[in-house]
Amino acid sequence: MTPVLEASHLSVTLTVGKKRKQLVKDSSFAVYPGECLGILGESGSGKSMTVKSMLGLLDQHFSITGKALFYGKDLLQEKRETLRAMRGKDITMVLQNPMTCFDPLYRIGNQMAETFAAHTNWSPQKIQEESLVILERMQIQNPKEALQKYPHQLSGGMLQRIMIGLAVALKPKLLIADEPTTAIDAITQKEILDAFLEIKQEHQTAMIFITHDLGAIAKVADRLLVMNQGEIVDEGTYSHILHHAQDRYTKLLIEKRQAVMGRYQQVLGGMI
Amino acid sequence: MKQYVFKRILSTIPLLLIISFVCFVFINLIPSNPAEVALRVRQVPIITEEAIAEVEAELGLNRPFLVRYVSWLFDCLKGDFGISYVNPSRTVAGELARCLPATLQLAGASLVLVILLSIPIGFLCAVYKDGIFDKVMRALVFITTAMPPYWVGLLLMWFISIKLDLLPTSGGGSFAHLILPAFTVSLSYISTYIRLIRNNMLENMKQDYVLYANVRGLPQKVILIKHILKNSMHTCIVAIGMSIPQLISGTIVVENVFAWPGLGTLCISSIFNRDYPIIQAYVLLIGVLFVVFNLLFDILQTVSDPRLRKEGA
Ligand SMILES: Nc1ncnc2c1ncn2[C@@H]1O[C@H](COP(=O)(O)OP(=O)(O)OP(=O)(O)O)[C@@H](O)[C@H]1O
Ligand SMILES: [Mg+2]
Repeated sequence: MTPVLEASHLSVTLTVGKKRKQLVKDSSFAVYPGECLGILGESGSGKSMTVKSMLGLLDQHFSITGKALFYGKDLLQEKRETLRAMRGKDITMVLQNPMTCFDPLYRIGNQMAETFAAHTNWSPQKIQEESLVILERMQIQNPKEALQKYPHQLSGGMLQRIMIGLAVALKPKLLIADEPTTAIDAITQKEILDAFLEIKQEHQTAMIFITHDLGAIAKVADRLLVMNQGEIVDEGTYSHILHHAQDRYTKLLIEKRQAVMGRYQQVLGGMI
Repeated sequence: MKQYVFKRILSTIPLLLIISFVCFVFINLIPSNPAEVALRVRQVPIITEEAIAEVEAELGLNRPFLVRYVSWLFDCLKGDFGISYVNPSRTVAGELARCLPATLQLAGASLVLVILLSIPIGFLCAVYKDGIFDKVMRALVFITTAMPPYWVGLLLMWFISIKLDLLPTSGGGSFAHLILPAFTVSLSYISTYIRLIRNNMLENMKQDYVLYANVRGLPQKVILIKHILKNSMHTCIVAIGMSIPQLISGTIVVENVFAWPGLGTLCISSIFNRDYPIIQAYVLLIGVLFVVFNLLFDILQTVSDPRLRKEGA
């Protein structure tokens, strides 16, 4: 089976003046059709950097080496315009801070419409209809009104769902979620996770799910990478990693998680 | 929204009162006696104590200070700024009205230059940050902020009008006369706004909404103009609004360098002639302009920002 995305020996180096800092070190991994790959790692470990570098989202201060094959074509060799046309259509992303990801000066409807206009030749009516379909699918109440709202008038959870809706609207081949639950309260987190599970079951879209929350990743990811300081330190299924973690950092994460779970069960047990 | 505008307008009233009072006090602090000045200007051969007392009574200068302030304030509200000491056949309001159009023309032309030059240049500097264009512009901005306008004016006059003989050196009336003074007035503002727009754009480029716009695959043109430029301009609105009265008052030096027949020239000649009513009215006018434009653009910014504007109000 050919992977949807295959990174081989991917390295990202940041050069500021004479200082060079390697942010991603010789990473190799693959995502297969219908699979959800989880990337786990603490803040600053280079998770976002890894995906941003492949999508051409970094400026010229970052130099990237290695390969990022998307259905066999190396994204790192593509022209900027080709990459732009792929982003938002073939490869889409959901970001961490829904509240700051929309331009505060334009209505939601306008920002959804400009996304469709960049990738399709739909008429304004068709764009309007599709936008409403997305909002309905993402269970936004009063979709017509929501289109007329400015970002600051909607909640973080609603904006996050709109972002997810936009990310799946054009039937992408790869969906990347970069800590989609970190900036949201616990109840909304569950809804957002469910939305991803649904996408996975209904459309079999290949996914990369980035997080530093072991609980979230256990639910959606089929396979895990653990990153620490720019390096991939562990790889395998959730239960494999749970029992055969090689890396000190991974073990630490698991211990912490088990401690929390233990206390949780104690409390629950005490209540019953 | 209406309530906000109303409150904002009301809040300017005390400010205007303070400005008028300060303006009145300062003019009255000038040591020479206006009555004596009036007599001298009218070429009265011998200035006696009685003559001075007579003129003081005529001009109302012998009344107590506060009485004079209040009566002056009420006259001003009626649009009556008094009569020129130097030329008693002319009212101050008439003199201001005569010179105002030329100054507005100069300030307007300068504003147009500022907007037409600084927005595209600031935009290109930010887009091609650290490129050759950006570096050259930054050097020019640095040099022009360091040069005082009258000196730039004289340099331009010497080079363009005298050496190259392209434009007239001084006077008013035609479009050709307008170019050099307008450019001189606007130069330091152009530098300021190039810097402001460049920095605002660079700041905006780091925002999440730009990353997300790229993630959605929007074309660069859309991201740069529709999103980044608009957000950057947004924070400039108030600054530009405050520049308008600054441009009007800032013409004072340049008008004199180029003998442009506007308010600045009138003001300087009034200062030399000790024509207090005119100076007083000029200072008051400029103060009021500052308050009014501040108010206007504050409201405009509130109205144009969806986060500040309340829906349905
Ligand atoms: N624009 C930048 N300039 C300089 N250094 C950067 C920049 N962006 C990220 N870095 C550095 O790169 C490293 C990896 O960052 P990255 O954003 O990939 O972390 P992350 O794993 O996604 O963390 P988080 O959970 O906080 O999102 C960090 O050490 C960060 O300091
Ligand atoms: Mg990140």
